[in-house]
Amino acid sequence: MTHQLIIYPLFLQILLAILLMFFWNRINSQRIISILGSTVNLGISIWLFTAIWEHGTTTVQAGNWEAPFGITFVADMFSATLVLLTAISGLAVSVFSSGSIIPDRLRFGYFPIFHFLLLGLNGAFLTGDIFNLYVWFEIIIISSFVLITIGGEKAQLEGAVKYFTMNIIASMIFLTAIAVLYGLTGSLNMADLAGKVAAIENRGLVEVTAILFLIGFGIKAAVFPLYFWLPASYHTPPSAVSAIFGGLLTKVGVYALIRVFTLIFVGDAFLDQILMGIAILTLFSGGVGALVQNNVRKVFSYLIICHIGYMIVGLGMFTEVAIAGTIFYLIHDIVVKTNLFMLSGLIYKINGSNSMRVLGGFYGKYPKLSLLIFIPLFSLVGIPPLSGFWPKISLINAGFTTGSYWTIGAIIFASFITLVIIAKLWAEVFWKTPEDRPRHASFEYFSDISKIRKIQFIGPIVFLSLVSLYIGFGAEHIQLLSSRIAEELINNDQYIDAVLNNGSQMLEK
Amino acid sequence: MEILLAIMIGVLYASGIYMILRRSLVKLIIGIILFGNGANLLIFLLGRITKGAPPIIPGESEVFLEAYADPVPQALILTAIVISFGLQSFAIILVRRAHKVVKTDDLDEMNATDEDS
Repeated sequence: MTHQLIIYPLFLQILLAILLMFFWNRINSQRIISILGSTVNLGISIWLFTAIWEHGTTTVQAGNWEAPFGITFVADMFSATLVLLTAISGLAVSVFSSGSIIPDRLRFGYFPIFHFLLLGLNGAFLTGDIFNLYVWFEIIIISSFVLITIGGEKAQLEGAVKYFTMNIIASMIFLTAIAVLYGLTGSLNMADLAGKVAAIENRGLVEVTAILFLIGFGIKAAVFPLYFWLPASYHTPPSAVSAIFGGLLTKVGVYALIRVFTLIFVGDAFLDQILMGIAILTLFSGGVGALVQNNVRKVFSYLIICHIGYMIVGLGMFTEVAIAGTIFYLIHDIVVKTNLFMLSGLIYKINGSNSMRVLGGFYGKYPKLSLLIFIPLFSLVGIPPLSGFWPKISLINAGFTTGSYWTIGAIIFASFITLVIIAKLWAEVFWKTPEDRPRHASFEYFSDISKIRKIQFIGPIVFLSLVSLYIGFGAEHIQLLSSRIAEELINNDQYIDAVLNNGSQMLEK
Repeated sequence: MEILLAIMIGVLYASGIYMILRRSLVKLIIGIILFGNGANLLIFLLGRITKGAPPIIPGESEVFLEAYADPVPQALILTAIVISFGLQSFAIILVRRAHKVVKTDDLDEMNATDEDS
């Protein structure tokens, strides 16, 4: 039976988290359990993905309560893909953290919390109930608060105060939106809401609710006027933590936006206008923000914001081609952003700094590593045939069919500015002759560490670069997948049908 | 009763946001607590307030015979209260640590992360 399979990723992560707590002080056992567990999780996710690919949308009703009344877990193609990507990034970051995070930090329960975070992510992708989505969001942010503060350095605590405040406000607004939606419809099941919201006559009230959701998710996804917490906090924790944050946390916000605005609040011209406006401004301001930064990790933080714009743009245009572009971009972005923050950690480990002013000469010292780093950096820019190129074709294509030329302009501008930033980064970090800097006596440089730890640093970057290369060169497969997801999202009857009718069929059996 | 509750929720939201916008860390926490309580009460209110009508079906009947209090919002509030309690306790510890390390209560002086590095 495939439908039980949906909750295996959740079970596995919570089991891992609990198991790891029994090894609180035994760091080496924790590393091994986490890496093995993440590998098993990758296996399960591939299994889930192939099962959903063959059988279509599958649901599980918690406690066998019929669909609109109980909590539903739904795995459609979109959820299954994101669970798979979470598993890929999770495995990479798990290996990378066991090499890069110092034992003093690991001793405060880094790995258990890391797996609670993955639990929250999987849960958020798989749930079909809007209040349950809120609960998974809370699990995600509570785990992320601990991860961002672990170590307790000054910059970390300052970043954490900002991160924490904005995320709590986002959750409260999300909760308010759920309350209003419940008051309007008396339901919490997303498939059930789709029909009930469409039947409400007072469209003004529906739009206000939609805007509340947009603000709540927008803060989490870091879109234009709501992103200032991100560059203030993402560069402060260890790079393994930034990698999982940059790769997956903002994308949960994007996932929730896509889910809510393709299922519940559909086809409202006013909302689409707002989404488009926000997306264009996000593309501009993120790009320009990245241009003036000098810290490598801050540059990447701004690039996260900039590239969120691509995904929201597709959602705003709301045609099948545009949504396919959005999904393709989401797939590419999760892999590349995780990889970027890991390589910023590698650069830091090699040079003892992340400031572009003092870095340099990387290419002369490590030519092979530089070629490896070339792959994620230029996938991000989208030089054909690397992975960032293909979704932009769909997006620009959709821009022409819907006649939104501003959008096309913004997409091209943001691509161009990304190219400028990455070229600048390449020149500063890889080619420039570095200043002579004294070695810190207390800092453990990359050349000093053992071979196995070097593999733990480089292995995940190689792994994710290979995935990126696959997305670029196997674009045909990813395009097929994203078109199928887009088709499922636009014609949401099939999702609603799977949730509301499958449940009762299962009971009859 | 409902109108009173509505006004109170408005006041809680407004004062919560006002406190969050102040520069002091302690006021930030008070603001978050007020905001959270406002949201919880809002869920309570939107489940419609029905006095003395528990959602219990009489033994001889199969459906509800009269208006009843919707139990779902109350379950939701319970969850939301527990979550916000957890978050608030974390917030208090975080602010205490931040105050110890940064040695200031003023959010405007917490700008080390925005400096060029």
